[in-house]
Amino acid sequence: MENTYFISNYCHVKNNAISLNGSLVYENEAVDLNTFLKSAYQNFQTDYPKFFKMDGLSKLAFMASEVLLKSIEMPEEGSNIAIVLSNRASSLDTDRKYQESISDSSNFYPSPAVFVYTLPNICIGEISIRHKLYSENSFFIFDQFNADYLYEYGASLIDSKKADSVLCGWVDVDKDKYEAFMYLVTKNGSTVHTKEEITRLYQYQ
Amino acid sequence: MSELKQQLKEKIIEQLNLEDVAVDEIQDNDPLFGEGLGLDSIDALELIVMLDKDYGIKLADPKEGRKIFESVQTMATYIEANRSR
Repeated sequence: MENTYFISNYCHVKNNAISLNGSLVYENEAVDLNTFLKSAYQNFQTDYPKFFKMDGLSKLAFMASEVLLKSIEMPEEGSNIAIVLSNRASSLDTDRKYQESISDSSNFYPSPAVFVYTLPNICIGEISIRHKLYSENSFFIFDQFNADYLYEYGASLIDSKKADSVLCGWVDVDKDKYEAFMYLVTKNGSTVHTKEEITRLYQYQ
Repeated sequence: MSELKQQLKEKIIEQLNLEDVAVDEIQDNDPLFGEGLGLDSIDALELIVMLDKDYGIKLADPKEGRKIFESVQTMATYIEANRSR
């Protein structure tokens, strides 16, 4: 028999707005993702200067996880929250910037700080460092949001005792388009963790 | 030399994305790594690229950076003595 798990909290970041469990928590008519996330960083009085060194994908993932994880009680040490994220564009946005920076052979100075973000799973590392998580993590690339896969993978991590809870979601940045949706799968709660519920929450505006 | 140090402080803030640091908050002898500005290993690589790009200095041995990047003062002294542009 399958174990029953729950979705305790979820967060959306899109269209210059951040919502937590369906309620708007921040909105700003910024011109681009970086400006929007910087204003959100300031609004939430986040004290984490490394944020400014991140690329757009990591900033987006960081902000979504920040809002979501701040809403739960995190133990000081030893949280076994696994992270399973996904997207469509991988790190393409930063890949393009990096490629552009090395395309002129007469002005060839590759930036190490840009290069380190040319992998999508770096955003998971940023979240793990911030919240001192030494847990299982995976990043998947799909054509579109894949509730079925996230459901199976998230539940299997708890089933197999690899994690007590799982931060799952979709974090995608491609040029001017961006979207983050994260949710926390837990052993206790009221919203049952099902593929249909994940899809419903993802589509929730 | 003081103009170079001012320039270095501005470049460090801009290129290392130290958004919450102002030029006048960086003293010439403040340590750049550890307890000072808290720069990390990727920042060190960026500083090596900056020496090459802006001052024509190629570090043959990255370990040299440890001494050179101790502070804005040590950076400026090294650049003055070795710059080709």
